[in-house]
Amino acid sequence: MSFPWAKQYEPTNPVMKFLDEKLPLPRLVFNAVGAGYPVPRNLSYMWNFGVLAGFCLVLQIVTGVVLAMHYAANDAVAFNSVEHIMRDVNWGWLMRYAHANGASFFFVVIYLHLFRGFFYSSYKAPREMVWLIGVVIFLLMMATGFMGYVLPWGQMSFWGAKVITGLFGAIPVVGEPLQIWLLGGYAPDNAALNRFFSLHFLLPFVIAGCVILHIWALHIPGSSNPTGVEVKSESDTLPFHPYYTAKDGFGLGVALIIYMAFVFFMPNALGHPDNYIPANPLSTPAHIVPEWYFWPFYAILRAFTFDFILPAKLWGVLAMFSAILVWFFLPWLDKSPVRSGHYRPLFRKFFWLLVVDMLILFWLGGAAAEEPYVMFSQIATAYYFLHFLVILPIISSIERPEPLPFSITEAVLGEDDKAVLGDNAKPAA
Amino acid sequence: MATTTDTAFTDAAAEGGVRRRDFIEIAAVATAGVGGLIAVLPLVSQMAPSKDVLAESTTELDITSLEAGQSIKAVFRKQPVFVRHLTPAEMQAADAVPVDDLRDPQTLAERTIVGHENILVVMGVCTHLGCVPLGAAEGENKGEFGGYFCPCHGSHYDTAARIRKGPAPKNLEVPAYEFTSDTTLVIG
Repeated sequence: MSFPWAKQYEPTNPVMKFLDEKLPLPRLVFNAVGAGYPVPRNLSYMWNFGVLAGFCLVLQIVTGVVLAMHYAANDAVAFNSVEHIMRDVNWGWLMRYAHANGASFFFVVIYLHLFRGFFYSSYKAPREMVWLIGVVIFLLMMATGFMGYVLPWGQMSFWGAKVITGLFGAIPVVGEPLQIWLLGGYAPDNAALNRFFSLHFLLPFVIAGCVILHIWALHIPGSSNPTGVEVKSESDTLPFHPYYTAKDGFGLGVALIIYMAFVFFMPNALGHPDNYIPANPLSTPAHIVPEWYFWPFYAILRAFTFDFILPAKLWGVLAMFSAILVWFFLPWLDKSPVRSGHYRPLFRKFFWLLVVDMLILFWLGGAAAEEPYVMFSQIATAYYFLHFLVILPIISSIERPEPLPFSITEAVLGEDDKAVLGDNAKPAA
Repeated sequence: MATTTDTAFTDAAAEGGVRRRDFIEIAAVATAGVGGLIAVLPLVSQMAPSKDVLAESTTELDITSLEAGQSIKAVFRKQPVFVRHLTPAEMQAADAVPVDDLRDPQTLAERTIVGHENILVVMGVCTHLGCVPLGAAEGENKGEFGGYFCPCHGSHYDTAARIRKGPAPKNLEVPAYEFTSDTTLVIG
């Protein structure tokens, strides 16, 4: 699939011709991220984060495979093997800091990618499948990130594993046996550490597979754009290469400068000092928090403090998972035919309110589990679900959107020949 | 888009086939390329021996109780080392061989330290494919030449641990070592 004016792959080198006949891999690349993929000409830097996320995945897999060469997933030696990586292995400190900060970098990129998706309604038809697969990738990332944090077997690793597997214990009837089965014991131990390591190694490759599906699904309708108006003619698009390889390359350079500043100058800024204390099953750290990228969801988990038909513990778990699962229904909750937030005055206001709400949840997730934070969490959580389940459907039915441009070309140049004279008024160049 | 290309060609014609943008393109791609290559360096280097492995690089041995005709096995860099106290008969047998007839020509004197010619220190690693040769322990097969015999592919070493028969290309390696006293030696 592609637009009819997409450039065709025409190899001239005999080796490439041979390859193209037997296994058209270069053709696939050409059509996916090369000159053969026409992309809307008006993409802003908000469209940079897909490529950046792909870079992060490769970065994490490369540094992760290196770390796995030196790490030992055994509760007796895991902590020391991480110190061995830091002190003895050539460049081991760089590999570990690059991997640990790489996880944060990955989540920053994904949160910005999601921000773009929410504002420009990237989830709407015909890109529902792109969105659904994306949410699956996000869930897989969260599982992978959590299990990776357990591997150094420090205090936060151990108690993180205990608390998060405890979530499953909230499920009625099967909860406790399920938790014991997940851990392979009554508390996190060697069995849990080993299986977390195995799955932490496996899941990134599952993510890579989902990324391929994500891109495949995206390339059927083609990329969305800041106007939300679909591509109508060749003048609306540019070939991905060299235009967006250059733009994404520049964005990558800027992102790497920020990332490397963390890796080299403040590698532990996003970590927790308690994780440099070896795991101790008999002593819980005073203030236990997950990694920063889980904070908004952690705040939702802790917001439920009272039993109401179901136990509070179960409500918390249900709400936390629902906070992400509700995204699966977004394409059908937001029925407005207009995609871009730029042309939706009412949606835009509530969108920013949601952003503020999520930032508040983020702040509360990192705060102590005491008043007034708990009350704030309850209010912010209530608003979060209110936005998706009530406000968004209402907005999409009562809102009067602003007029859309005729085409991407008109949005960019202020005029589009075809808008005035009809299609094919001017012969294609 | 046609206009973009036209402008580019016009500029190129005006500047003798070289566009100003060519410089930017080459500089950008070169920077990314060099950066990528530098990033590969730690990825390759991390597989080399780590600092704790390098720190294991010496082994100290006390050979006070090693009598003529006896051998001991020690460990140097996680590999066996054979230390043999040669008998006068074994030394004579080694010196009697014409050096030119050997596959890897070396005299016993070249393979030992002056003043300690009767102490032969070699790596217990066959130079063929790395098995541990027999002959260091009591009652083991010492091969046709009374030194060491590798059971994997049948390499025979003589009393100076030189290759005499079989597929191995080199004599058993003599590691760097020194005597810190008459009865103490340090390997590595």
